[in-house]
Amino acid sequence: MPRRSHDEFVSFADIAFPIRIFVPRSLVIVPHGCCQAAVRGTLLVFPEIRLPSIAVRASVDPMRPPHKISRDEITDPAVYFNRRKFIQTGILALSTVATGMVYRHFNRPAAGAIKTATIEGLTAAMASDANGFRAADQETSLEDITHYNNFYEFSTDKEGVAPAAANFETKGWRVSVEGLVKKPRVFDIDDLLKISPPEERIYRMRCVEAWSMVIPWAGFSLSKLLNVVEPASDANFVAFETLLDPKRMPGQQSDVLNWPYVEGLRLDEAMHPLTLLASGIYGRTLPPQDGAPIRLVVPWKYGFKGIKSIVKIKLLATQPPTTWNLAAPDEYGFYASVNPHVDHPRWSQATEQRIGESGRRPTLMFNGYAEQVAHLYAGMDLRANF
Amino acid sequence: MKEDDLQFARLLVLVNAAVPATLLGWDAWHHNLGANPVNFAILTTGMLTLIFLLLTLAVTPLRKITGLNWIIFSRRTLGLYAFFYASLHFLIFFSLDRSFSVPGTLSEMIKRKYLLVGITGLLVMVPLAVTSTNAMIKRLGGKRWRALHRLAYVAAIAGVIHFYMQVKADERRPLAFAVVLAILLGYRLVDYWRRNSSVPAAAPAVKPSQE
Repeated sequence: MPRRSHDEFVSFADIAFPIRIFVPRSLVIVPHGCCQAAVRGTLLVFPEIRLPSIAVRASVDPMRPPHKISRDEITDPAVYFNRRKFIQTGILALSTVATGMVYRHFNRPAAGAIKTATIEGLTAAMASDANGFRAADQETSLEDITHYNNFYEFSTDKEGVAPAAANFETKGWRVSVEGLVKKPRVFDIDDLLKISPPEERIYRMRCVEAWSMVIPWAGFSLSKLLNVVEPASDANFVAFETLLDPKRMPGQQSDVLNWPYVEGLRLDEAMHPLTLLASGIYGRTLPPQDGAPIRLVVPWKYGFKGIKSIVKIKLLATQPPTTWNLAAPDEYGFYASVNPHVDHPRWSQATEQRIGESGRRPTLMFNGYAEQVAHLYAGMDLRANF
Repeated sequence: MKEDDLQFARLLVLVNAAVPATLLGWDAWHHNLGANPVNFAILTTGMLTLIFLLLTLAVTPLRKITGLNWIIFSRRTLGLYAFFYASLHFLIFFSLDRSFSVPGTLSEMIKRKYLLVGITGLLVMVPLAVTSTNAMIKRLGGKRWRALHRLAYVAAIAGVIHFYMQVKADERRPLAFAVVLAILLGYRLVDYWRRNSSVPAAAPAVKPSQE
């Protein structure tokens, strides 16, 4: 039997050991994508790429010296010369996976379970056709409510808020209620929540971006808190403020908005029974991405009026500034009542995308709460006071 | 560059550029596009359009800077993918957001300037896609073809403005696209100016490999 030198043929047994392959320069340029750039960088730094070990035959004894190769183990020359195709296939597969990973990195659909505590003693709000406390619409899933959030304190990406807010700690939270009130007070969150037993209210939520949800909130009317501190006779407005803490709210490290987030209501709006101080959704305490531990919900107004993670409530004689109005005065007004007839300068408010539905549905005046709240704006030009 | 290698590089671009569309379709099929799937698909295809437009426009500067003339092969594929993603972007808006309503789409376009800018970008790409074949290059002649295909910059500018006009407050992403586009366009302008300046023996682009 003629002895073949180890250099003439590469046997599959050899592949069980790492082999060195000189990648042709032409293959080094991988055309696009960040990950490919990384691959390209790697290839440029390490022009000799080591293929991973592939054990082809289980029967190969690694202890046997490599030069003793039996005849049937010798690779068919056709296979050997196909190595080029083999490498090309490998590069194609690897680059495809890399591109896919880059895509996934930037496009990870948000998902995750909600593990906040169950709220004790939650009762369904007294429902009647007149009070609007329990919308008959199909409720939006907890998954969607908790993974599609506008909460710029954590992220400007709606799907990115939930992961960015995951470790937000609300222990020792306090809310200062001050200004033109007879009994100003700083509440520990537990004391605040004891003011009134929580009720479940099912509200439509219409975002100014023309999408909407139906959310089963837990909370009580803001009026119950205001009655405890007793507004002074010269109080006409209520101003709200979100926590300012760029360490805990990383979105505040960039100046996309003026921090802290501030909002406001006219006192009669604030005292309306629909105006809710919410501490939960779906019978559980609020997860951070939805405004833990306490937030405002004003169902006939665009969602941005519903300020989250409130630390200060101040009663005032004059109209307070509000964050989105400061950012773009011609796009976001102080009142911001849902109104299908007054378009946002850049998009229509006539229809909305209900989350979980296909196709768009018409937007209702005052988000369907006209019966309850239209009288608050009698005689007002809603086009001027948008 | 061997023909075999070039063919392989072509395949590499062709397959990789299809990966985002495939994954988007896969996620849509599995109801895995998040809470607002239509919006998600529109945003994703829009971003992909801009990415592929910028990649297309990066080929020539890269070729001139590196001296790797053969990379020109990828320009047509990348450009056609940009057109593909832009068309997909518009079709998803027209079908799933506007429910195939032509009057609904037109009235929105007239009212919303950002939509007008966006559709301008898409329409500008149509003649570029149509004239992308070798036969069309021959028929038009290289000079006229190159002049026509400078419209790719118009499409990219329209695309970036279209994106910028609709963000609510966080302008970082459209601005990032604008910066890259400005660098690419700036390079071409400087290059054009150097080649056409009065100095007769204008130095050719320096190849780093020669140093």
